[in-house]
Amino acid sequence: MSTKRILLDHGSGGVASRELIETIFLPRLDNPILSRFEDSAVLPASAGRLAFTTDSYVVDPIFFPGGDIGKLAVNGTINDLAMQGATPIGLSLALILEEGFPLADLERLADSIGDAARSSGVPVVTGDTKVVHRGKADKIFITTAGVGMVADGLELSSRLARPGDAVLLSGFFGDHGITIIATRSGLAIQSDIQSDTAPLHNMVAAMLARKENSIRCLRDPTRGGIATVLAEIAEKSQVQINISEEALPLRPGVSTACELLGLDPLYLANEGKCIVIADSASAQDLLAIMRATPEGRDAALIGRVAPLDAGVRKGRVVLRTAIGGTRLIGSLSGEPLPRIC
Amino acid sequence: MLIDRITEGLRDPELAGRLSRQIHDAATRPLRLMEVCGTHTMAIFRHGIRSLLPAEVELISGPGCPVCVTSAGDIDQIIDLADRPGVILATFGDLLRVPGSDCKNLAEARAEGANVEIVYSPAEALKIAQATDRTVVFPAIGFETTIPVIAATALEARQKGINNFKLLVSHKVVPPALYALLGDPELAVDGLICPGHVSAIIGEKAYEPLAAKFHIPCVIAGFEPMDILSAIYLLVRQIQDGQARVENCYGRVVSREGNPRARAMIEKVFEPCDAQWRGLGAIPGSGLALRPDFSDLDARTAFGLVFHDVPEPKGCRCGEILTGKVKPPQCPLFNTRCTPTRPVGPCMVSSEGTCAAYSKYGGL
Ligand code: SF4
Repeated sequence: MSTKRILLDHGSGGVASRELIETIFLPRLDNPILSRFEDSAVLPASAGRLAFTTDSYVVDPIFFPGGDIGKLAVNGTINDLAMQGATPIGLSLALILEEGFPLADLERLADSIGDAARSSGVPVVTGDTKVVHRGKADKIFITTAGVGMVADGLELSSRLARPGDAVLLSGFFGDHGITIIATRSGLAIQSDIQSDTAPLHNMVAAMLARKENSIRCLRDPTRGGIATVLAEIAEKSQVQINISEEALPLRPGVSTACELLGLDPLYLANEGKCIVIADSASAQDLLAIMRATPEGRDAALIGRVAPLDAGVRKGRVVLRTAIGGTRLIGSLSGEPLPRIC
Repeated sequence: MLIDRITEGLRDPELAGRLSRQIHDAATRPLRLMEVCGTHTMAIFRHGIRSLLPAEVELISGPGCPVCVTSAGDIDQIIDLADRPGVILATFGDLLRVPGSDCKNLAEARAEGANVEIVYSPAEALKIAQATDRTVVFPAIGFETTIPVIAATALEARQKGINNFKLLVSHKVVPPALYALLGDPELAVDGLICPGHVSAIIGEKAYEPLAAKFHIPCVIAGFEPMDILSAIYLLVRQIQDGQARVENCYGRVVSREGNPRARAMIEKVFEPCDAQWRGLGAIPGSGLALRPDFSDLDARTAFGLVFHDVPEPKGCRCGEILTGKVKPPQCPLFNTRCTPTRPVGPCMVSSEGTCAAYSKYGGL
């Protein structure tokens, strides 16, 4: 292409738009449905129910250790589908670009989106691009939506946790949140820490294939972190969730960075983790299944569901701290964190 | 990494259990300890330290959070600047929800079009200034811990000739506030858990006249659970023995002399002034202002701001919370009109504030 930056023309719907899509996106996202270039994608559907989700991504910075806004947008929407036990079928991709955005960056993001779609096996089947005046958006905003199929009879919900259930976490937490905050603040963190962005649908499929009946709830603890998700489950299920600080898989580098920045890792965002509430009889089997997948390699049993104490009316989360104390975990209440996803 | 090595052993449940038992044995009558510093407040909650103490030992939170004690008048000025065209207000995130006099906060001002950027360090704000021709204003809020970093940033701005970087200074220093607090005849505190980071700058000796004058034991503590439990144990022992000494159980960071280089850095850029503390009122000599030869960095001078003293929010009992006279649930607004998402008073605003900590984690 002749110009090196995004111009308003690129969003006009005319020749420049077409050229942008044909040179940057089609080759990278190529699949038979997208290349038909129709007004909507028509997808084959199997029996069952349809899961449908959407999410917008405004993360700043757009490139960060372990990923970028494009990869995040693909994986994030796949994960939203996976948490309902859905098999993802296809994604939409809508971009809002700021005038002047470097084409080289757009190409890099298109590469990354293409890679993420290919490696997860979930194609981008429809898309749109708009350009706004300089200053009216910050570089690039991405919205993805996704559809997937849910087998009949499968119901996963935050309302289904029962006393006695086990609480599992699929791996180290806080990596994404701390990576973004550290990148923004210029804090040098250990090189083994990077965003954990990853699609979880394959791990979930493996779990459901063998243990469908013992899984009550799957949640991906993105914004608000594992604390907020656990608090939500406890509240909706009217139970007490007891977790143990010692059992929580936290990288020493993340813990250190949190100390320096005064953050509680329980509230940091994750982009490739899931919390599983399951019948405790199946907990060890589920851990083994998760650990056999790359996304769940560091999965751990982090706690148990218990009935509410007499006199307590609202579901709650109690953390047993490493020194043997206890404390309540509340949900995140509008902390002014920077844009993390 | 350094911190991992240092904290080893400081979170040992067995040691914690032993200290907890020692505190149980030592405390034979009800006593109240004030943790001066907001970071201690958070650490106490985070590690569940209250659950390890006997019923006799009550911990109350002092005025230790710099955001909590920033007056509504100061917030008004910050919002005023953020609203001006040509200004970027670069600030730490916890300032966003601090209400000014008409309950408006920076988050709302930003939604209405004010230019507010969240940064994690003053250096980041300076970087923004280098990349723009607008004026970047950084609200300089904080105690002795933060002030040297901001002084360094001021010196860097000067050295690099960055003229569009201004400071809106509301710095406060801890010792004058402690004098004001301890002089309150109604204050019922038996001992002080003194801040770790602040003490690293001002040193052990800063507390010696205080301990003598008010006959109150002072123990400097770090932020690890074992630091705090040890400090509590030492305080209980002193109180039971009728002593009032300064003890330091954070020797790995705090010395008797403190950090004279950091103090020199502060003195180079700032000079003492009177300051308005939210909830506590005006305290003589408790603030810092830019020295006259740094007035080119002063946002108040650059924009001709005048300070208006404004009354505390109606019904808010923060003044009494900060002096340890009441606990958050005793405030009629607590968790009703005043919540972490819609704070009325400063103690709810900061994630380290007493009311916010109570609301989020409960008294457990
Ligand atoms: S609950 Fe709110 S209004 Fe009441 S003292 Fe605390 S901060 Fe002030």
